[in-house]
Amino acid sequence: MKFGILVNEGPYQHEASDSAYLFCKAAIAKGHTVGRVFFYHDGVNNSTKFTEPPQDDRHIVNRWSKLAEDHGVDLVVCVAAAMRRGIKDDNLAQGFRISGLGQLVEAGIQSDRLVVFGD
Amino acid sequence: MSDVKKFMFVNRKAPHGTIYALESLEVVLITAAFDQDVSLAFVDDGVFQLKKGQQTKGIETKNFSTTYRALEGYDIEKLYVEKESMEARGLTEDDLLVDVTVLSSKEMGALMDEQDVVLSF
Amino acid sequence: MLHIINKSPLSNSSFNDCLRVMDKGEILLIEDAVIAATKGCALEAKTREALGRFKIHVLMPDLEARGMADRVIDGVSTVDYGGFVDLVAANKNCQSWL
Repeated sequence: MKFGILVNEGPYQHEASDSAYLFCKAAIAKGHTVGRVFFYHDGVNNSTKFTEPPQDDRHIVNRWSKLAEDHGVDLVVCVAAAMRRGIKDDNLAQGFRISGLGQLVEAGIQSDRLVVFGD
Repeated sequence: MSDVKKFMFVNRKAPHGTIYALESLEVVLITAAFDQDVSLAFVDDGVFQLKKGQQTKGIETKNFSTTYRALEGYDIEKLYVEKESMEARGLTEDDLLVDVTVLSSKEMGALMDEQDVVLSF
Repeated sequence: MLHIINKSPLSNSSFNDCLRVMDKGEILLIEDAVIAATKGCALEAKTREALGRFKIHVLMPDLEARGMADRVIDGVSTVDYGGFVDLVAANKNCQSWL
């Protein structure tokens, strides 16, 4: 089965990004595909490469990057939401790309299920 | 067309206190371009998004409530409000700035059950 | 339909709202909503009553993180993230009550 994921909240502040990531990891482990994760609202803050958590904490941004690298998951950051919050190509971590809201709608159309994580 | 899906946007948050209502509306407008079957549901504090007479000058934010009136121009005409939520907030249909279909809780639930993609923000 | 709820029922109405609007289906309690699956919670009676109409599941890693894994209400099933995936796959659609 093909899953699409929507993440509406930023990292660390809220559990949404963790839940979404752990869901993706479990789905892939079961042989499903995660086609795209779309980051919207404050969720765009999951994509900044300047994120530096304390060493004993999980690195939420790098974890997403690795998921993209290992499993070809398309990590899309909403351009309008990103611009509002100062996220640009210059501060984007590996594996993320900035694109339009149409990518979210497309994920809804092309995925068997779209799962939303937020506050 | 076989690839038309039923998209429902569930709005359960009041406008202005958070950005969810505004950014949800931005997705709705984009979805209109994809020729999908789009519905908007207003439940709980989400009904406040449709309240007439919003004046945001004093809080220096954008008054996006007028955009709901423009949805018709995008062929988005399925707006549903849950009756119980509206009444619990002392509102009637006359307080709303667009024409909506008022549904009972159970009718709203049945409509949600029918959807392919439910987006909530 | 699978209903995903992530807020404590003691501080947010989403669990109640879901029960009011929906007639039947499956509910998965995640994040702070896991409290709704526990014995002794002020909402316990409500959850027990809801078990008559819904299949209710709770995400074990979130329960464990909060030290509440030892008091799940009888009839509520516990799942891990793999079980979460299975629930989404098994239901025709899903809704997150944010």
